[in-house]
Amino acid sequence: METTSGLFFFLAPWIVFAPLVGLLINLAIGQRLGEKGIGAVAASASGFAFVTALLQLYSLSVHPEGALVKVAEWIHIGNLALDWTFRVDTLSVTMMLVVSGVGTLIHIYAIGYMHEDVRFKHDVPRYRRFFVFLNLFIAAMMILISGDSYMMLFVGWEGVGLCSFLLIGFWYDMDTLGRPSWANSNAAKKAFITNRVGDFGFLIAGFLMFWYMGSFQFDAVFAAAPEVAHAEPWVITAITIFMLVGVAGKSAQIPLYIWLPDAMAGPTPVSALIHAATMVTAGVYLVTRSWPIYGLTHDGQYIVSTIGAVTALFAATIAVGQYDIKKVLAYSTISQLGFMVAAVGMGAFVAGMFHLITHAFFKALLFLSAGSVILGMERGHHHLPHGDHHEVFDPGDMRNMGGMRKTMPVTFWVYMIGTLALAGIFPFAGFWSKDEILLDAAKVFPHVYIMLAIAAFFTAFYMGRQIWMVFFGEARHAAAEHAEESPQVMTIPLMVLAALSILGGALNLPGVHTLTHWLEHSVHLAEHEGEVAAWLQVSWGGLNPIVALISTVAALLAIYLSWLLYGRNPLKAGQPDPLKKPLGPIFTGMENKWFIDEAYWFVFVDRYVDLANFLAQKVDWDFWHEWFHNSVIARGFVGLTRFLADPVDLGVVDRVSYWLSDLVKASSESLRKLQNGFVRSYALSVLLGVVAILGYLLFK
Amino acid sequence: MVSVNYYLALSAILFTIGALGVLIRRNALVIFMSVELMLNAANLVFVAFAREYGVFSGQIFVFFVMTVAAAEVAVGLALIVTIFRSKQSIDVDEMNSLKG
Repeated sequence: METTSGLFFFLAPWIVFAPLVGLLINLAIGQRLGEKGIGAVAASASGFAFVTALLQLYSLSVHPEGALVKVAEWIHIGNLALDWTFRVDTLSVTMMLVVSGVGTLIHIYAIGYMHEDVRFKHDVPRYRRFFVFLNLFIAAMMILISGDSYMMLFVGWEGVGLCSFLLIGFWYDMDTLGRPSWANSNAAKKAFITNRVGDFGFLIAGFLMFWYMGSFQFDAVFAAAPEVAHAEPWVITAITIFMLVGVAGKSAQIPLYIWLPDAMAGPTPVSALIHAATMVTAGVYLVTRSWPIYGLTHDGQYIVSTIGAVTALFAATIAVGQYDIKKVLAYSTISQLGFMVAAVGMGAFVAGMFHLITHAFFKALLFLSAGSVILGMERGHHHLPHGDHHEVFDPGDMRNMGGMRKTMPVTFWVYMIGTLALAGIFPFAGFWSKDEILLDAAKVFPHVYIMLAIAAFFTAFYMGRQIWMVFFGEARHAAAEHAEESPQVMTIPLMVLAALSILGGALNLPGVHTLTHWLEHSVHLAEHEGEVAAWLQVSWGGLNPIVALISTVAALLAIYLSWLLYGRNPLKAGQPDPLKKPLGPIFTGMENKWFIDEAYWFVFVDRYVDLANFLAQKVDWDFWHEWFHNSVIARGFVGLTRFLADPVDLGVVDRVSYWLSDLVKASSESLRKLQNGFVRSYALSVLLGVVAILGYLLFK
Repeated sequence: MVSVNYYLALSAILFTIGALGVLIRRNALVIFMSVELMLNAANLVFVAFAREYGVFSGQIFVFFVMTVAAAEVAVGLALIVTIFRSKQSIDVDEMNSLKG
C-alpha cells in the first residue's frame, strides 16, 4: 500500500457514486431545479466521474500496476468470497475515460436535444426522467467496467441492460413518428428479451467457471484457467462459447443483433451513448478482460472471430439498403462491433480496444450529428404552413432530406469528419484502428481478413451514400429546405467529438504505440505464432503499407462509387433508390434486413405464441379448467360430499343420535311416574332405601 | 341402674312412631313434630350409651343435634309459613307442583 500513497486510487468508487449522487439529486429536487438545473446536475455528475477517471489515469501513470479498492463485502458463502471491489488497471481506466468522457459530452448535448425533443412531442415533464436514466446508465456502466469479478461485472451488465430498456422505451406510448402506438415499448422489450438470451449464455459461462475454477474473481479464475485447460480443454472452449452468447446479446452480434436497429426508437443521445459508444462495447470489453481464457482456446478464438467478421459483413450489407438516417448508423454500429469482436476474438486485444475507443468518438459524433439533422428537420417542419402538420412526416428518413449542407453547415462538417473517420480514410481515427484490426486479421485468420475488408468497403459506400443523400443535391421535402442549425449546446460537443475523431488515431500511432504499452500492464499480448506471408511481414513501425493501401483504395473506391450513384445525379423526391434496379432482389433483401426479423418472427415468436396459445387454451383452459377442475375436482368433491351426507351422515350419525334420543325419551317416560309429587312417598322411598342399605350392611 | 336395653327399646319405639308420623300424616307441622321425635330418639341413644360407657362425647353430640334441630325448625317453620301464605293450607299432599 505504501507505493500507492499520494495517489488517487482510493477515489475510484466515485466513478460510480458521482452519477448516483447526480441522479438522486435530480430525483429529489429535480422538479424545482428546472430544465437548466437538471441538465447541469446530470452533466456535472458525469463530468465528476470523468475527473475521477482522469485522476485514476494520473495515478496509473505513476503506478501502472493499478490497485484494488474494496468498497464492501458482498457475498461470503463457504469458499466463495465476493466483494464489491474496484479494479483500477489500465484496461478498466481506458474504458472509464471513454464512458465518462463521451458520456459527459453526450449529457451536454442532450441538454439541448431533449429540450426540443420533449417540446416537439408535447411532454415536458419527461425531461427530468431522461437525465435520471442517463446518470443511472453511467453508474451501471462504471460498475460493469470497474468490477473485479465476473459477478460484479454481471451486476453492471444487467444494470446497463435495464437502462437500455428504459431509454429505448423512453417514448413508450408512441412510435418513432410520434403516433400513439406500442411500437417503441415493443422495441424496448425486444432489446431486453434478446439480451436475456445472451445473459443466459453469460450465466452458464459463469457457472462453468465457478464449477471448474472455483471463483468468479478475475485473478483467481485466470490463475486456475491453464490447469483446467490442461485437464479438461473442452471446459475452456465451452466457457468462451457461452460467453460469446452473452457478448452477442450485449454487443449485437449474429445471431442476437436484431435488437439494436430497433433500439433507435430511443432518443438520439441514447442511441449515441448506449447503443453506439459505450454499452454495446461491453461485450468487447468482456472478451478483452477474459484474455487469459480466450488465449487458451484456439477453437474459441476461431469461432468468436468468425462470428465477428460475419456480423461485420452482414450488417454492412443491410446498412446499404436503409433509408432511416439512424438505422444506417445502427447497422454500421453492428458492423463495427463485428470488427471489434473479430479483433479481440483473434487475440488482437489492443487493436479491438483501440477501435472501441475511436469508434466511440466517431460513432457518437455521427449519431449526435444525425440527431442534430433530425431536429433540424423537425424545426423546418415546424415552420411549414399549418396544413402540412397533419401528414405523417418522418424527420429521420433520408429520402426527405437533401441539400442540408447549406442549412446546417456545422452539422454537415462534423458529419463529414465522422464519416471519413468511420470509412477509414487517412489520417482520421478510424483509419488507424481499423487498419490495425485488418493487419492482425490478415496474419491470424485470412478468412476473417477478407470478410472484414469487404465490410470496410461497404462501410465507406453506405456512409458515402448517406452523405450524398442527406447533405447534397436538392431538398426532397419542404422541411429539409427550412431546416435550421442546432444551438451551441449541441454543436460544441459535436465539435469536441469531431476533434477527437480526427486526432483519436494519435492514441496508438505506428512506431509509438502508446495504447499498446499502456494496456500491456493489464493484458498480456502474445505475438502471433505461425506462418505469416512475406507481404505481411513488411512493417513501418507496426503499420503494414500493403494492408493500409488496400483498405484505403477500397474505401476511396467505395466513396467514388457512391458518388456515381447518389452524388452525380441526386435522388429526386419519390424516386426509388438507384441501386434498386441493377441489384434487384439483392437490394430488396438489403432494404428489408434480409428478412431476418421476419424469419425470427416466424421461427421463434410465432412458434412461441403458438406454444403459449396451446398451453393457455388446451392445457390450461381445456385440460385444467374444463376437464380437471370440472370433472376431477368439482365432480369428485360433489361425490364425496354426497357420500358423506347420505350414507354417513343420514345413515349412521343421525340414526345413532335418534336411537339415543328415543331411548332417553322412553326411559324418562317411565321414570317420570316416580316423581308423583307426594312428599310422603318420597319419604317412604328414603326410609326403604335406608332400610335396604342398613339391611345390606347388617347381613352382608 | 336401668339396663341400656330399655333405653334402646324406648328409643326404637320413639323412632318408629316418628317415622310412621312422617309417612302417614299430611299436616306439615305434625310431620315436623315427627321428625323432632326421630331426632330425639337418636338423642336418647346417644345419651344412654354415653352414660353406659362413662364418656361425654354422646352428650356433646346431643347438643349438636339439638342445635341443628332448632335451626332446622326455624327454617322449616319459615317455609311452612310461606307455603301457607300462598296456598292457604299446609297439607303436604297439595304441594305437588313438581310432580313428573
